Amino acid sequence: MSASLEKGIHALREVIDAPIASYFSSCVHCGLCAEACLFYTETGDPKYTPIHKLEPLRRVYEQEYTLLGRLKKRVGLSKAVTDAELDEWQELVYDSCTLCGRCSLVCPVGNDLVYMVRKLREGMAVSGHVPDGIRNATKRTVETGGPMGLKWPAVAHVLKHAEEVTGLKIPVDQAGADYLVLLSSMEIVNYPEYIEAIARIFHKAGISYTLASDAYEATNAGIQIGNSDLAKVIVSRIVDAAEKLKVKKVLSPECGHAYMAIRWEGPNLVGRPFGFEVVHVLELLDELRQKGVLKMKDKLKDPLILHDPCQIVRRGGVLQAPEPLIRQVAENYIPTADKQKLNWCCGGGGGASAIHTEAAEALRAKAFKIKKRQIEEAGVDTMVTFCANCRITIEEGFDHYEMNTKLLGLTELLAEHLEPVDANSASALP
Amino acid sequence: MTDLQFLTWVRGPGLNIAIGIFLLGVLWRLIEIYTLGRRKDLAAPRHAAGASGFHTVFRRSLPLPGMLKRSPVSYIGGYIFHAGLAIIVFLGAPHILLIKNLVGLSWPALPSQFIGLAAVVTMAAMVVVLADRINKPVKRFLSTFEDWFTWAVTFLPVLTGWMATQHLLLPYTQMLALHILSAEILLVVLPFSKLLHGFTLFGSRWYNGKVNAHKGVPV
Repeated sequence: MSASLEKGIHALREVIDAPIASYFSSCVHCGLCAEACLFYTETGDPKYTPIHKLEPLRRVYEQEYTLLGRLKKRVGLSKAVTDAELDEWQELVYDSCTLCGRCSLVCPVGNDLVYMVRKLREGMAVSGHVPDGIRNATKRTVETGGPMGLKWPAVAHVLKHAEEVTGLKIPVDQAGADYLVLLSSMEIVNYPEYIEAIARIFHKAGISYTLASDAYEATNAGIQIGNSDLAKVIVSRIVDAAEKLKVKKVLSPECGHAYMAIRWEGPNLVGRPFGFEVVHVLELLDELRQKGVLKMKDKLKDPLILHDPCQIVRRGGVLQAPEPLIRQVAENYIPTADKQKLNWCCGGGGGASAIHTEAAEALRAKAFKIKKRQIEEAGVDTMVTFCANCRITIEEGFDHYEMNTKLLGLTELLAEHLEPVDANSASALP
Repeated sequence: MTDLQFLTWVRGPGLNIAIGIFLLGVLWRLIEIYTLGRRKDLAAPRHAAGASGFHTVFRRSLPLPGMLKRSPVSYIGGYIFHAGLAIIVFLGAPHILLIKNLVGLSWPALPSQFIGLAAVVTMAAMVVVLADRINKPVKRFLSTFEDWFTWAVTFLPVLTGWMATQHLLLPYTQMLALHILSAEILLVVLPFSKLLHGFTLFGSRWYNGKVNAHKGVPV
């Protein structure tokens, strides 16, 4: 056994807990989880059945934690997990799993399959069976601060531009602010309008906020790759900055995995509860809507559907905010049959969108057929979402199928239709 | 060994051994599983109506919207044969008598004709579910020896019990002895196979419900 494989199997032994033992002991091989997985429904290939993706973890469980399994191992009747096998499983654990968690909703015996895939990734990461795309993104996040290798001067440049466009000052490293605003590289590079939207909305609501020059990136590739040590390093930056600046709340950007990383995995990674609250930008916006601060000057008339990002809605628990917000700004919102926590993934979450092999890209395009169908069934030309990574994946899907569908970000859409800002207030640029 | 000796053995020592292995086996497996524990979730919880381990234990018995259409045999066949097994085991007169002899508790039984009908329906549902396992690519792909074996081990007590009461194929004494033996095999196999889901599914649903309820998601 190679040293890396030994480490990988050790990592798998470590992550197995009572829920995982209970889940594996309950599985009856009914295959219903396949029906919830877009990689199966869109390809028809049984190897994409979620429980099958967990086979190496199941065998480690059986061989290490059950009486019968230990006996079988002792007399040489069990098949050990090998490097070759983990290599083969890489596609199943990363390319064809976006950690969307839809399977965890359908299992009749109650198995939380995505919980187990996330744990299996720990062993895959340690034993070196990780796609290069995700590995490099993680390395860049640790070394430079973000998965795209973006450094602060570039971010500062984008902020300056946003200040020019909005005429509003964007505070940086300001201690004592209510909110520390986090961004995702994807937004900084591809959707800087998000930053402008945030500046406008905070100004309008009269809430103080700041960015931190040493903690602006909210995404956490360490979690996607499945390496808790790296994930901890990445999340600690935010915790340190929030505590240093003494903010009351940290605002997660739209990005789904960023929210998951800071809101739900963060305290568990650093090993203590946070002294500040983590709020998703849509939660804040919905709160402002309920207070009557988020008034629109007009509404978008195009018929549209909403794509609920998995990590924010089904996995993150921001269930109630998106619909009232879209209704606030859109006159012809058409709810899809599988909405909210039942929504289908874009196909690019969980780090999948960072994998750029030909096979992974072809698979993503196939999986995207489910989104294409939702759009066609609703008969709309516009889709709204609230996750930068979903947006990239969906845009790629539109390109692949040469669709003329418009894709909009919810926060920006709200900012665009917001009642005009009073330019004479304190936070306006001199 | 005569038929009567065989029947006497399966009713006496055989039954005691089987029940012993069943009880100790289930207890061992449950301890093995649930003493592994789990880490406390340190993230601040979000509360939502309908989100808890308890809710999920019940809610998970119903298919999610759209799922029934995707796999009707799994759901309908599954409901029928699980309900059928429960009716036969807990409402058949001879079974209630056995339970009374073992633990002293008893309750009214259903008429034997009804139990006979339940057995036929249960077997039909189990055959359909088996055909689905053979026909459906995903189920066939996932199936291992254990799946075929546990199907047979569950099916045989129903078949032999029904045949005994209908006086088919073999003399009653022989068939009854085979019926009891097959039930004993089921008891011995259960703790060490996927049949344990009859116990662990409550724990699994509860954990899934609980972990997601922490995030405010009713699952």
